[in-house]
Amino acid sequence: MVNWEYSESVESQDIVKIKDKYQNFVDGNFQQPNSKKYINTISPSTEEVLSKIVISNEKDVNNAIKSAQMGFEKWSKTSPHERSKYLFKLARLIQERSREFAVLESMDGGKPIKESRDFDLPQVAANFFYFAGWADKIDLSWGAKSLKPHGVVGQIIPWNFPLLMLSWKIAPALATGNTVVLKPAETTSLTALLFAELCEQAGIPDGVVNIITGDGTTGSLLVNHKDINKIAFTGSTQVGKSIQKSLAGRDVGLTLELGGKAANIIYEDAAIDQAVEGVVNGIFFNQGHVCCAGSRLLLQESIHDEFVAKLEKRMQTLRVGNPLDKNTDIGAINSKEQLDKIEGLVNEGVSDGGKIFQTECELPGNGFWFKPTLFTDVQPSYSIAREEIFGPVLTTLTFRTPQEAIEIANNTEYGLSAGVWTEKGSKILWTADRLQAGVVWANTFNKFDPASPFGGYKESGFGREGGRQGLLSYLKAES
Amino acid sequence: MNNKTEAQSIKWENILELVFDSRIDSVGLNERVNSLATRSIKKESKLDALNMIVSMCDLTTLEGEDTEGKISQMVAKAITPNPSDLDIKNVAAVCVYPSLVSIAKEKVGNSGVKVAAVSSYFPSGQVPMESKLLDTKYAIESGADEIDIVINRKAFLEGDYRRVYDEIVALKEACGDVHLKTILEVGDLKTYENIRKASLISLAAGSDFIKTSTGKLSVGSSRQACYVMAKAVLDFKNLTGLSAGIKVAGGIRDAKDAIRYLVLINEEMGDEWLTPNLFRFGASSLLDDVLKQIKKLKTGAYQASYYFPRG
Repeated sequence: MVNWEYSESVESQDIVKIKDKYQNFVDGNFQQPNSKKYINTISPSTEEVLSKIVISNEKDVNNAIKSAQMGFEKWSKTSPHERSKYLFKLARLIQERSREFAVLESMDGGKPIKESRDFDLPQVAANFFYFAGWADKIDLSWGAKSLKPHGVVGQIIPWNFPLLMLSWKIAPALATGNTVVLKPAETTSLTALLFAELCEQAGIPDGVVNIITGDGTTGSLLVNHKDINKIAFTGSTQVGKSIQKSLAGRDVGLTLELGGKAANIIYEDAAIDQAVEGVVNGIFFNQGHVCCAGSRLLLQESIHDEFVAKLEKRMQTLRVGNPLDKNTDIGAINSKEQLDKIEGLVNEGVSDGGKIFQTECELPGNGFWFKPTLFTDVQPSYSIAREEIFGPVLTTLTFRTPQEAIEIANNTEYGLSAGVWTEKGSKILWTADRLQAGVVWANTFNKFDPASPFGGYKESGFGREGGRQGLLSYLKAES
Repeated sequence: MNNKTEAQSIKWENILELVFDSRIDSVGLNERVNSLATRSIKKESKLDALNMIVSMCDLTTLEGEDTEGKISQMVAKAITPNPSDLDIKNVAAVCVYPSLVSIAKEKVGNSGVKVAAVSSYFPSGQVPMESKLLDTKYAIESGADEIDIVINRKAFLEGDYRRVYDEIVALKEACGDVHLKTILEVGDLKTYENIRKASLISLAAGSDFIKTSTGKLSVGSSRQACYVMAKAVLDFKNLTGLSAGIKVAGGIRDAKDAIRYLVLINEEMGDEWLTPNLFRFGASSLLDDVLKQIKKLKTGAYQASYYFPRG
């Protein structure tokens, strides 16, 4: 018999036109920034330079905020019905150009095309459609005209789901009558800049959406700006804390969506084969660069050996490689910096005494890669069981009783998400009731819907995104 | 397979726990099966896959109207699927009713094509055990290389799993060295748990293959059913060390669908299962589509049906 391997099936890059250098999108058009400082933005799967983006300085932030203030004058007086139409238009344009966005997202961020194409982009469009529908129904929903937009909202988003996080931020902000200054992460700014083109195409009024690129210094300027009315941040807990400190004592709204170390609890009466799939999806989705990733596998002791054997076998079939290959399951790690962090924590896990299993896959020469990794024989005190690794690394812990599962699951400073696997309905409810986590998935993992609010407990943040609750994050009560 | 004697030694008690421990989450299962369908198969891989499908085909005719003439046509096609492209080798087997086994056997000669007979009162199986045994023995005496039986769905749906098992054990005994494929008829079983239970019972009773369907119901094979059976075969292997095969039949009409089955088997069971000894397609119309696709890959031309001889 022939050894039957899949040949490469690479999505063409021709559909994407990347400029040599990008400017900021302010006041409805791309403007020459004041800052002269540019950095390369590279493809993490090849290390090839894709383009240059500017590190915006104080003047650039001032300009963007001024533009957003002027935009707010018009946008807040635009009828909700009209705002809704603009958002619907954006949603439709995203659908029309979704392949272009998906390819660019995979090139710039390293995620497999099958995810950018089948998950990110459909979710992005769904978010705009969902909040477009809300724009003219907000008064109806709360029964009084007592809720007002904040004004100018500064939004800082991470590199793991660049365009999706943009849609989580921009769609509800615009639907509620706010204007925005959005700063994408410095390693993944390109889809946000392409989205700016879409705003031009959709005829979004000038100043309503402003997109400026930059690193942490730019983010800090935005947070500390005197004319900002609200900050919405998604990213690390460390940065989230410093933002909260900066805003203390000021009348600035804040929502934070931070890290996580989710427990994925597998009871002995789960449908084991599907639980294995769910665990794989829970941690290896998007290279594990997911704040709600199921990074702690909690196994009932009675099924530990069987489950680990099946899981390791399944992990061997994961295909790691070129993100643009349609058959790739796991793409590139987003940056050198993140790869170093993952390697550091994994080494610590080994020296702590954890037993490591990595798949036998071959990794490409250039770019940043990490093999799918499973740790067993881990104690709850190890750093790999406590710290967010944000990579394709799964840590296994065991429990004896449901009570013990809850104790271990909640024994963390985070509380973003959790998973429960059992065929017994009453046990799902019992467990979900006791988990301190913003989202609890039962017999599935990493499922999203724009209508479902998302957010954390404890150091995973506060405020909710998505759903009716997500609108309230962009409104304030006026007496 | 040479492990049938060992398989017969798997006692009912040993398989009980596995059978009654059948938990399947249909949402998760569908998700996994659908995600496997997005695998993109191109170029050389595709040609390899298509040739492999040909080698795994059981060309089938199971009609009241079957005659010696019809069987002769089909066997000729089984030996030389496409006379204008002799790189394409023979299919795995032809599948016929017991009364036509001897003529089929005579026609296949030493071509390497096996003759499979459906027996045990295919497709319903609603007769006493003595009749099923008689049916099967007749097919074997007529020279069948492989026997395809149906499970007792009446007993299964009434919860009499032991009876289902005992009947297969008896039929396997009648088969001796002849290869036994056991048809679950997944369209009758309906739920994934039932498919899994029936798979494990059939495997424990000594089946060399488990097969999805008779092809006589409107609901034939599905990739979901195949996935459930694949998992059962793997779990059975873990328990006993025995590797059984899977045959999917009924409703697989085109090459694209068949390739998706191969992807599923490749990813879930590994490529050691990608051989006619362990994986088969039961089909009548699938083969022509595969031949057309091979032609298209080699020449760029998508030819009309009349370029391919009738089977």
